[in-house]
Amino acid sequence: MDALATAFGMLVGLDPVLWSVIGLSLRVSLSAVLIAAIIGAPLGALLATRRFRGRQFLIMVSGAFMALPPVVVGLAVYLMLSRAGPLGSLGLLFTPGAMIIAQSLLILPLITALTRQVVTPVYRDYGGLFAAHNVSPMLALRVTLWDARFGVATALLAGFGRAISEVGAVQIVGGNIAGVTRVMTTTIALETSKGNLEMALALGMVLIVLALVINVAIMALGRFGQRFEEARI
Amino acid sequence: MTAPVLEMRGLSYSVRDNRLLGPIDLRLASAGITCILGPNGAGKSLFLSLAHGMFEPDAGSVVWDGAPAATTRQSRGYVFQSTPMLRRSVRANLDFPLSARRSPHGARAALIDMALETARLTSRANQPAAALSGGERQRLALAQAMVAKPRAILLDEPGASLDPASQCALEDMVRQVAASGTKVIMTTHDLAAAKRLADDVVVFINGTIAAQSAADAFFTTPQPAAVADYMEGRL
Amino acid sequence: MKALALLMALLATPLAAQNTLVLGATSTTENSGLLAAILPAFTADTGINVNVVALGTRQILALGATGDVDVLIVHHRPSEDAFMAAGQGAARYDLMYNDFIIIGPSADPALVAGAHNAPDAMARIFATQAPFVSRGDESGTHLRELAFWAQAGLSPKGLWYRQVGTGMAASLNIASAMSAYILSDRATWLSFANRGSLSVLFEGGAEMRNTYGLIIVNPALHPHVQAAAAESFANWMLGPQGQAAIAGFRLQGQALFCPISPVIGQEQAKPCNAG
Repeated sequence: MDALATAFGMLVGLDPVLWSVIGLSLRVSLSAVLIAAIIGAPLGALLATRRFRGRQFLIMVSGAFMALPPVVVGLAVYLMLSRAGPLGSLGLLFTPGAMIIAQSLLILPLITALTRQVVTPVYRDYGGLFAAHNVSPMLALRVTLWDARFGVATALLAGFGRAISEVGAVQIVGGNIAGVTRVMTTTIALETSKGNLEMALALGMVLIVLALVINVAIMALGRFGQRFEEARI
Repeated sequence: MTAPVLEMRGLSYSVRDNRLLGPIDLRLASAGITCILGPNGAGKSLFLSLAHGMFEPDAGSVVWDGAPAATTRQSRGYVFQSTPMLRRSVRANLDFPLSARRSPHGARAALIDMALETARLTSRANQPAAALSGGERQRLALAQAMVAKPRAILLDEPGASLDPASQCALEDMVRQVAASGTKVIMTTHDLAAAKRLADDVVVFINGTIAAQSAADAFFTTPQPAAVADYMEGRL
Repeated sequence: MKALALLMALLATPLAAQNTLVLGATSTTENSGLLAAILPAFTADTGINVNVVALGTRQILALGATGDVDVLIVHHRPSEDAFMAAGQGAARYDLMYNDFIIIGPSADPALVAGAHNAPDAMARIFATQAPFVSRGDESGTHLRELAFWAQAGLSPKGLWYRQVGTGMAASLNIASAMSAYILSDRATWLSFANRGSLSVLFEGGAEMRNTYGLIIVNPALHPHVQAAAAESFANWMLGPQGQAAIAGFRLQGQALFCPISPVIGQEQAKPCNAG
């Protein structure tokens, strides 16, 4: 297909618009993963290792919101950041900052829930050891989280995958402004709807490659992590 | 007996109105190896956990060197029948108890090396703990328990799932640990092992102490009916 | 909560907000490529960056009402007047114009080509129930379409009447795929590549004139609005530079938008030079 060839040419030829769109997508989604990791990983580990009031509620909420539709998150953030909304004075609507906020909120439940899932078996193993050595809750959390780091990395990768491929949230809170808030997914949607397939195809190829890379990384991490795990008969 | 290291008075533990252990009154000598014997369900493991301080009894007191057990847990080591290892190297597993007790960093290397040597695991120091065989794992568990130089070590049927050779290696290590002045309390099923290791013996039947005496005396003199039934395999 | 949001945003937002204007423009203006062509000249002249949010007229006016954009370019006079009457705008100016056209399959089953005026053309489509794509998003184009139906005394309903809710170019794309009739502005049509079997079937007449208004959001209501930058923008766009740039934006020799105040001496291309 002609369009496919042109698309490939755009990628290889470092078309500046194309690559600035890719750059912005990575910046937004990676920032979102960073924020969601800082909040979600310790939170997930906490849910796996300690009992406290509201624990069950948080577990239920993080599980339920894991599959929240991106447009819904986008709508909620839009209402918050609009000048008419509670955080309007920050002037964040239609900026990359708003997109980062939206995507962070989108993937936070996912990272929290997945972290909890990978930390729980580790903590179950370690419980006896922690009791025997009278380990402080802080040290127990740190040791468990660190030893579960491959699983946690997998959770982060899953979060990144969800963020980089969503279009609903960034469209609504970003406004798809050319050169400012236009990312891969919104560009694909826009260009396809206008019938300009080359750019859309180029970006589609990038996204597919990214998805493959993420999945390979997840598999590799899983295998690498098993090196330290108990051999089960 | 010189000042007993462990003293229990009126100890009792129940679950939902079902008395599992007690009442227990017990004094254990300050040094040597005490073996806890008894049939399954007699309460040996529960006794050990209460002695360590991991669990709190419903009634009665557990006192170590004059202090309540709950406040001095870190001065005692514990070895499970199958001890969970951290998903780290052997050396890192030995550093962990020192970390939990906030030992000064400078002293740790020497303590770890000494523990490795006692466990005869020096050559495996940098390998993942998961790579160890069953016998080596239990020696590592004992090394973990002793690396911080505890006052006492409690072992719950440590050799139960090991082959004879591994059991032997573990017993050597237990003897070495006891010889250095650490009190050892060990539950076991294995009467032969008890004969080899014990300085004194306590027998639990149905949650209470059925017999307590020096090891030599215990194995050579006739015992009350219940104890004799247990030892001869009728319980 | 606020601190957290700020922290999150700091990771991305370059702090150049002072020299940035947020322009809410209709999709017809944006899709045609006009803004991409003339805004760089404005930025070069004034040093003000313009961020364009492209949505339908009604949505743009809503953003103006909440103060989420600084200046608007829209094209539905009744809605603009209502906006001004509510005190939402500091000032409103006619900016430029082009015309609407009715596009449809070349075979023209509804015989739109012979219509007397736009409402008549719509009535013919209604009569044959030929597929018709409506913007359906309360954009300026959509509102004009609804006005035509009202003038013909008709209420379009049924499977043949397809409300898509997308921008102008996207709607044209859908009409092309369906070989359907559609009301469009000429600029987007001229810059639209994927025509399929579609062609212009009805044009001309006073009722098809499409005038664009430029509105500055009222800083009295929304103090954070970049009032000075918005004024610069209005002055530039309405002045000789802007008007010349608008007139100079051509595709295949045709002008897509006509300036309200043509610059004396500048040659006006079709259709702006027609009476």
